Amino acid sequence: MTATLTREQERLRWRSRRGLLEMDLILQRFLDQHLTRLTEPEVRAYDALLQLPDNDFLDLAMGRKGPDDAELLPVLEKIRQS
Amino acid sequence: MALSRQIFDTVIVGGGGSGLRAALQLAEAGHHVAVFSKVFPTRSHTVAAQGGIGASLGNMQEDHWLWHMYDTIKGSDYLGDQDAIEFMCRKAAEVVYELEHFGMPFDRNPDGTIYQRPFGGHSQNFGERPVQRACAAADRTGHAMLHTLYQRNVRAHCQFFVEWMALDLIRDYEGVVVGIVALEMETGQVVIFQAKSTILATGGAGRIYHSSTNAFINTGDGLGMAARAGVPLEDMEFWQFHPTGVAGAGVLITEGVRGEGGILLNSEGERFMERYAPTMKDLASRDVVSRGIDQEIKEGRGVGPEKDHVLLKLDHLGAEVINKRLPGIREIALKFANVDPIREPIPVVPTCHYQMGGIPTNYYGQVVAPRGALGTSEVIPGLYAIGECACVSVHGANRLGTNSLLDLLVFGKSAGDHLCEWLKTNPQHRDLPHDAADRSMERLSRLDGAQSGENITEVAQAMRRTVQHHAGVFRTGTLLREGVEKIREVAKRARNTAIKDKSRVFNTARIEALELENLVIVAEATLVAAEARTESRGAQAREDFKDRDDKNWLKHSLWYMEGSRLDYKPVNLQPLTVESFEPKVRVY
Repeated sequence: MTATLTREQERLRWRSRRGLLEMDLILQRFLDQHLTRLTEPEVRAYDALLQLPDNDFLDLAMGRKGPDDAELLPVLEKIRQS
Repeated sequence: MALSRQIFDTVIVGGGGSGLRAALQLAEAGHHVAVFSKVFPTRSHTVAAQGGIGASLGNMQEDHWLWHMYDTIKGSDYLGDQDAIEFMCRKAAEVVYELEHFGMPFDRNPDGTIYQRPFGGHSQNFGERPVQRACAAADRTGHAMLHTLYQRNVRAHCQFFVEWMALDLIRDYEGVVVGIVALEMETGQVVIFQAKSTILATGGAGRIYHSSTNAFINTGDGLGMAARAGVPLEDMEFWQFHPTGVAGAGVLITEGVRGEGGILLNSEGERFMERYAPTMKDLASRDVVSRGIDQEIKEGRGVGPEKDHVLLKLDHLGAEVINKRLPGIREIALKFANVDPIREPIPVVPTCHYQMGGIPTNYYGQVVAPRGALGTSEVIPGLYAIGECACVSVHGANRLGTNSLLDLLVFGKSAGDHLCEWLKTNPQHRDLPHDAADRSMERLSRLDGAQSGENITEVAQAMRRTVQHHAGVFRTGTLLREGVEKIREVAKRARNTAIKDKSRVFNTARIEALELENLVIVAEATLVAAEARTESRGAQAREDFKDRDDKNWLKHSLWYMEGSRLDYKPVNLQPLTVESFEPKVRVY
């Protein structure tokens, strides 16, 4: 992670700190690969995912469940593949 | 520049299970309470607790708090304080029923009572036979507990400061704790929170280990705050390990995998557990398996480029068994180890799970420390600590399963109750000392001013490697002495970090540098206390001192940051109302 992140990206990075280690690890990989290249709609979708309780987010990230909102799917796919 | 100041009756640092339980007790009594949390409270690490809450409700078979007490003391390898353990076990049913009334969705029996699960170490009639004592909400007990308590706190008008990091305690000239200094991440603003009382509830510091099941937020901030303010840390040599975490990640692989026939192999392809436990082999108890793995690694038979893990093989079970009986494990292996256990073994290593030691308290949650030459423990006025960051000590040298959630509830509530009374006789705020925020501001200005220095990621890595190697499961005097020297070097580096990004707004590098300062304090306390304790007890397993030594070591260690000095205090073997449980050899 370089020091060139925008404040918005820094905020997303902090909010990716979770209560479950599994989520910390999954989101760390996702951010390392995608954080600096997220589009506006992707940031909005990621923000919405970050609002979820850890266990629900983990179910989505592991592909055990699909999201209720189809707009979350593109970012979720990137998280699943990271 | 004068800092802005806010005033509360009580400030609570940490919004996990214990912090929320204490906050609720105070807020419902009408006190003005502020809870500080680095992350949204329901995303605290309590969410990871799955096992349940131990309480002798007797819903499945006959049970008694005295049997629970015996199991806890035996589990603690007799290092637990028996007054606090009696207090906890007797209060267990009450705090579980309260949680039920708050709306906690416990699993139920057909007759409507709370269903209780079996759990290792829980017994009837002083070890005679197993008893079902764990109250759970499916596999989401911690999650359900956090949500239940958070909703209730919102209703009670508890005030939350989310995405704030507490930096330091404020002690006045008489040593009374009169509040905290805290940093708002979004703005970088530093604010003084003046309070009649302060509760530390920051959880464990398991991130000092390279392999840890703890979430990234578990950086021992409350322990660092206490140590910097002159408060000792108790029994920091005792950390509970799980034998099989995914190497490099820490995610747990349950013992169920070995129960189904999974076996452990070293670099020579040898099933080494046959040497350590000829009868039980891979199914021996947690500590035996952990020590076996750790010893193989120490003797150079580890796997991988760093020879730092062993392999858990289950491909011989066949795809059908793995998919049917262990689907969750295959998912974890694919995601976190990048291997498919149907074809390849899973790299595993003993993994740090729980911190038994912490900030010394009595069973009211009041922080106590020896004062003067007599060494008698005295209360530090205005300061409380609860949950994993505290050492009451109910876990002693080794925690009994399901006692962690119970600890949060009992001592969170107990601290809240005690404070409600204490606030009646201490209704005034004491004056802030003129240097209230100096220590915090010095740390921040050093970081902000440093043009060059150590890289945070590298120092953190050096710390985790040092603790893992030198204060892992398998400990020797030589390893620990080397570890103490190494960690002191690391600690120096941690006080000399530099960050490129000097922004005040959501500067995560700055937060991580502050967290690292707290972690290295805990790491040093761990190594120093472990090196000094020349016996094996509970989670401390010394190869050079294989036995428990009650004559010399039936005592709690206290580590002081100033001078990295150790002191000791006796274990309280006297329960509140029943007869003492005398130390016996621990056999399961």
